[in-house]
Amino acid sequence: MSAPIETLAAQIDERFGERMMRVPSVCGELTYEIDKHDLVEIATTLRNDGDFGFEMLVDVCGVDYLSYGSDEWTTSSATGTGFSRGVEREPVILDEADEFEPKRFAVVYHLLSVQHNFRLRLRTFTGTNNPPIVNSVVDIWNGANWFEREVFDLFGILFDGHPDLRRILTDYGFIGHPFRKDFPLTGNVEVSYDADKGRVAYKPVSIEPRTLVPRVIRDDNRYSADLKDVSDG
Amino acid sequence: MAEIQSYTMNFGPQHPAAHGVLRLVLEMEGEVIQKADPHVGLLHRGTEKLAEHKPYNQSIGYMDRLDYVSMMCNEHGYVMAIEKLLGVTVPVRAQYIRVMFDEITRILNHLLWLGGHGLDIGAMTMFLYCFREREDLMDCYEAVSGTRMHATYYRPGGVYRDLPDTMPKYQYSKFRSDKDVDRLNSIREGSLLDFIEAFTDKFPGCVDEYETLLTDNRIWKQRTVNIAVVSPERAMQLGFTGPMLRGSGVEWDLRKKQPYEVYDQVDFDIPVGSNGDCYDRYLVRIEELRQSNRIIKQCVDWLRENPGPVMFDDYKVAAPSRVDMKGDMESLIHHFKLFTEGYCVPEGEAYAAIEHPKGEFGVYIVSDGANKPYRVKIRAPGFAHISAMSEMVEGHMLADVVAVIGTQDIVFGEVDR
Repeated sequence: MSAPIETLAAQIDERFGERMMRVPSVCGELTYEIDKHDLVEIATTLRNDGDFGFEMLVDVCGVDYLSYGSDEWTTSSATGTGFSRGVEREPVILDEADEFEPKRFAVVYHLLSVQHNFRLRLRTFTGTNNPPIVNSVVDIWNGANWFEREVFDLFGILFDGHPDLRRILTDYGFIGHPFRKDFPLTGNVEVSYDADKGRVAYKPVSIEPRTLVPRVIRDDNRYSADLKDVSDG
Repeated sequence: MAEIQSYTMNFGPQHPAAHGVLRLVLEMEGEVIQKADPHVGLLHRGTEKLAEHKPYNQSIGYMDRLDYVSMMCNEHGYVMAIEKLLGVTVPVRAQYIRVMFDEITRILNHLLWLGGHGLDIGAMTMFLYCFREREDLMDCYEAVSGTRMHATYYRPGGVYRDLPDTMPKYQYSKFRSDKDVDRLNSIREGSLLDFIEAFTDKFPGCVDEYETLLTDNRIWKQRTVNIAVVSPERAMQLGFTGPMLRGSGVEWDLRKKQPYEVYDQVDFDIPVGSNGDCYDRYLVRIEELRQSNRIIKQCVDWLRENPGPVMFDDYKVAAPSRVDMKGDMESLIHHFKLFTEGYCVPEGEAYAAIEHPKGEFGVYIVSDGANKPYRVKIRAPGFAHISAMSEMVEGHMLADVVAVIGTQDIVFGEVDR
């Protein structure tokens, strides 16, 4: 890991202490988790303070941690009969709980400091709220406008203080938030031209979801933490 | 005289100057634009969601289809993110090949931009000139990957195969005179590197031709000078990258500032504009054409003298050679596992950014240790640029909207993903 990043990490530790929790990285990147209530204040400091100078927001990205670490195949034990290619498909159940798991949705911000040539990643979890909500950073970085609209559209995360939170990528009148893990890959509706009605019509999808390659997590000791020099704080 | 009232106008999505499927809702006051509201997403295919349901390698082809005029650069960002997570070092020869093809791609992209931008604001000839040169570069793509556009040539750990010793040749047909076919084939006699070198010798002359037509052209300057001026502070505030940022006078290029592959080994300069208008961004891109040509030339020289592997040799990630598979059981098993299940990537997250022809193209991958990514986020430069559309066209005339779409170098494959 290069020295400038460590200098930056030390400065962040000094300034924010416990409010920014460093997350270990496998590839020498700087990631911090922050509380969603601190977001605007920390972001403002990171942008305006000369030590940090993150004048550019490169990206805002939503992540849904609903099925993190789950696989479709159990491979931990050896088998005498071999594995079948088949996947037992569980029906997708829409998560309509009043409250979410506290670590269900995250918003990830990628920052760039042009003057110091640093990159930094901030992650904030939206908490148990349904619908999930975080504060908007549009006033700090104006370029966040569309990125936050995209996260809203695809994940249904609301941004408090956003001037114009509309859907952006999906169709006019679309229902649901397609990048949530409980939204099926095939979607819910299909669209076709109805000659009788003389317009396009929506109806439930006719295709079955299928798995071509099962999702599998294998223990690979080449990547185990004991053997690898995991560079983190 | 009738009183002029403000009204709303719809532009696109079926408009030749909209560069694909842009729909703009313009609020006009006479012919002056008050506000522009771009509606994007008409080409949204859910690339990121699809990638979550496929083993890592199977999504490389989707990357080509993001920004479909700079195919290999998209692949580059994606495979670099995977390599970062895997901790793989790419062989030097593969790095040079990648740099060379990134720059070929940059020329391809800028030529399409120049042709399209010219066509939009009244310079028809540019389109024909640019497509003439693009044809040669498409042939390089074809020689190395078998396809002219969607190459799927970069793989995690290197590139799919080494540069070929022969170029594909034209066949005699009734659609082309024999004399033409002979002329086209005469420069395709040698290897791919010979062909590329011949191109780099010829290309600066071509750029001179483009400049003769445009740089001092009165009409061109009237359409571009002082149109859509963006100050450096605003450009950073809005998340601009690439030529859009450099046109405003910020010296920022990932190839220099955060060098990846062998960009620190090659010699090139970063052009920077001063006024931040459409004309400066034009000049920046024209100079980038020349600089890319310089980089390609250096890569060709290096690649001639340094043979070597082009793929990382860990068969847990990269496929073994076809020849090995015939006699070696181990290789056959590796091949089978790689193509049925793929490889598992260690748990973690990585963001890899490259200097794409349009700006910073970044890929953020979250892995939970499975053979498929948990989340892929593609940071498309065009998305940030088009979000500033309204600010850039405010107070300009309707015809300038077309100049702004052109100068932003919008491609909807990457904006909508």
